[in-house]
Amino acid sequence: MRNIKKIVSVLFSAILLFSATTTSSIAIDKLHFVIGGGAGGGWDGTARGTGEALTKAGMLKSASFENMSGGGGGKALAFMINTKPSDTILVQSTPLVLRSITRHKGYVAGDGVLSYNDVTPIAGVIGDYGAIAVAKDSPYKTFGEVVAAYKKDPKSIKMAGGSVRGSMDHLIGALAFQEAGADPNKVVYVPYDAGGKALAGLLSGETQILSTGLGEVMGARDQVNIIGITAPSRVGDAPDVPTLKEQGFDVQFVNWRGFFGPPGMSSSMKNEIAKMLGDVQKTPEWEVVRKRNAWVNIYNPGDKFVSFLEKQTVEMTALMKKLGVI
Amino acid sequence: MIEGILIGLETALSLKNILMVMMGCFFGTIIGMLPGLGPMTAIALMIPITYGFEPATGLILMAGVYYGAVFGGSTSSILINAPGVPGTVATSFDGYPMAQQGKAGKALAIAAYSSFAGGTLAAIFLLFAAPSLSKVSLAFRSPDYFALMVLGLTAVSAFSAKGQFLKAMMMVILGLMLASVGQDSLSDITRFTFGNINLLDGISFVLVVMATFAMSEALTIILKGKDPSRATQQISLSKLGSIRLDKEERNKMLKSIPRSSVIGFLVGVLPGAGATIASFLAYGVERNFVSDEEKQKFGKGSVHGLAAPETANNAACSGAFVPLLTLGIPGSGTTAVMLGALLGFGIQPGPRLYMTHPEIFWSVIMSMYIGMVILLILNLPLIPYIARILAVPKNFLIPLILFFSVTGIYLMSFNNFDIFLMIGIAVVATFLRLYKFPMPPLILAFVLGGLMEENLRRSLLISDGSFEFLWDRPLTAIILTLTITIISWQVYKSFKK
Repeated sequence: MRNIKKIVSVLFSAILLFSATTTSSIAIDKLHFVIGGGAGGGWDGTARGTGEALTKAGMLKSASFENMSGGGGGKALAFMINTKPSDTILVQSTPLVLRSITRHKGYVAGDGVLSYNDVTPIAGVIGDYGAIAVAKDSPYKTFGEVVAAYKKDPKSIKMAGGSVRGSMDHLIGALAFQEAGADPNKVVYVPYDAGGKALAGLLSGETQILSTGLGEVMGARDQVNIIGITAPSRVGDAPDVPTLKEQGFDVQFVNWRGFFGPPGMSSSMKNEIAKMLGDVQKTPEWEVVRKRNAWVNIYNPGDKFVSFLEKQTVEMTALMKKLGVI
Repeated sequence: MIEGILIGLETALSLKNILMVMMGCFFGTIIGMLPGLGPMTAIALMIPITYGFEPATGLILMAGVYYGAVFGGSTSSILINAPGVPGTVATSFDGYPMAQQGKAGKALAIAAYSSFAGGTLAAIFLLFAAPSLSKVSLAFRSPDYFALMVLGLTAVSAFSAKGQFLKAMMMVILGLMLASVGQDSLSDITRFTFGNINLLDGISFVLVVMATFAMSEALTIILKGKDPSRATQQISLSKLGSIRLDKEERNKMLKSIPRSSVIGFLVGVLPGAGATIASFLAYGVERNFVSDEEKQKFGKGSVHGLAAPETANNAACSGAFVPLLTLGIPGSGTTAVMLGALLGFGIQPGPRLYMTHPEIFWSVIMSMYIGMVILLILNLPLIPYIARILAVPKNFLIPLILFFSVTGIYLMSFNNFDIFLMIGIAVVATFLRLYKFPMPPLILAFVLGGLMEENLRRSLLISDGSFEFLWDRPLTAIILTLTITIISWQVYKSFKK
């Protein structure tokens, strides 16, 4: 009788132990990527590229993707918060922070301002630096010359960007002018509704400088000169492009892209996905995708990611207050 | 350039690529014909299929689907007044009345010939002018775009000729109002969204077109269900009539084609303006070219009024490839989808595309000629079969139209809200139709409204709030002078009567 009790308890603990080990190493074999924008956009490329590298490198059995356009990504965000889907991650980028700062209310009924705190930050994976570009035949060769011309006649410099006032494109240029001692609010910013159109505006001569992401202007380097980027040092894909920092304007800004889980995602699940996103960056499959898109790896997981987001929020809030957009 | 043409021909004439063009044209025609499914949906459906193809092959297939869909879209515009593609809305203005007069076969033939001519001529322009044309389109500044949009709006006068001026103007205002819904593209302020997230990106253009055309047309037919004249029209329509054109019709068509293909191509080249604006503009311009007697026929089945937009929309499709291939700037929603597909192939379209990937650049252009010939062959003999859509009894046809409207809009956004919004707009549009309010001015204003506002405000921003930009640049001044001339001519004409 005692023996039977023993056997039962041993068996029971064995089962417990077994189930415990299986839960501690949750093997994630499928992931669903929610993309808050249409096919072909930056978010779309990041999610699909990451999914492709993960499956090709054998780290994931299958990856599925869902485009959920609407409200500049707000719809997908609300979907994550309201339905808390399992095995699902959302791709996001700097605009999430900007959205948290500005008064976008009402995405979730009764929930006030929505921020990255409403979802679970997993990791930042890639980044794109900001860039200031001028047309090839522009008289300005350095950012210093642009600032000098601006200080002489503020109306002589019009800055183009591929999105609305208060957007990332606007902030990149404003940061640079602020660092150069100019009032960023006085710099005329001319918004276009797409990066390509802003580039066309620059080339048509109606604006003098273009403030946007480096990736956006890399493909047009035959027609534009990039006179400064917001990276801490020169980047490998464009070694001849000077940083703003080396010109004496200590401006650093990176548009990160990363992944978020639904609210209340378990920390083991979060860490597992974060680890996977980091490990994949060491594979040749990732390198193929990265090179194709000219991405910059900025792997930034977990708590580090959260404190980075907090820091960016503080910086951007100060700048946006100055610009009067909030 | 000759070297490039040879590379292009070599790639485009491979068996596989010819097959792709044929496949693309065929599927494009079918999809484009179905109300609700436009080139955007068609190309989006092709993206997973082309996965793993060589980039040139994939792009050739998608280009085939693109102009196939625009070709096919004209068929449903003419036969059932339900444009499958926004770019063929203008086709229905004269194509549908023609079909109602029992000349559906002729209307389809005119559309096929004009599309072929427009597409082929534009492909020739594209070939000779692609490198230098990118410079022309780059010279356009915001004030010029603004002036161009104003010029486009004068086409409204084409619809107000039937003593409906007030109604047309009211529809213009309604269109402009609908265009202002959503996030303001310049300052991040939301307008008329009523706190609803689904309205933040504004109302989709395809949705408005589907609601005010396909859906409300179907609803109007239901409401007028026992109208005997409708029933007889339906019977006469099932007899397609000859597809042969008489000498007069051919001459009229041949007059419209050259000018409309130039307009279509140039508009297509401009980033942001596509087949839709091109066809409206060509329709409006054409009306000012013809004699007074002919002008009265516009909207009632004019050959000119049909040939012009059909030529222009196909020419614009080819034209839209100029900014896409040379600058990486999509000229329309459809080319934006193609840009996404290209990036998926790992190719960054831009000024350097035809140096780094000459085979893609040239083979796409070359495949256009092949595609146009295939489409002409596909469309002319197949017209009697295509027209079978009309032999389908109304009881089947109307649910079909409603079905494709609803699924079409859902496939674009995967958003239930859009379905309800479309039904709401369609109900309002149906009432307006019953009170004889014309729908085309609403569509035109809706397309041009947003762009016009955006470019006007940008111009003002650049000129520090001064209106000098209106005459500062010769290009702006020329376009505006043209606009004023057209308007004064209309006013003068109406006073003479």
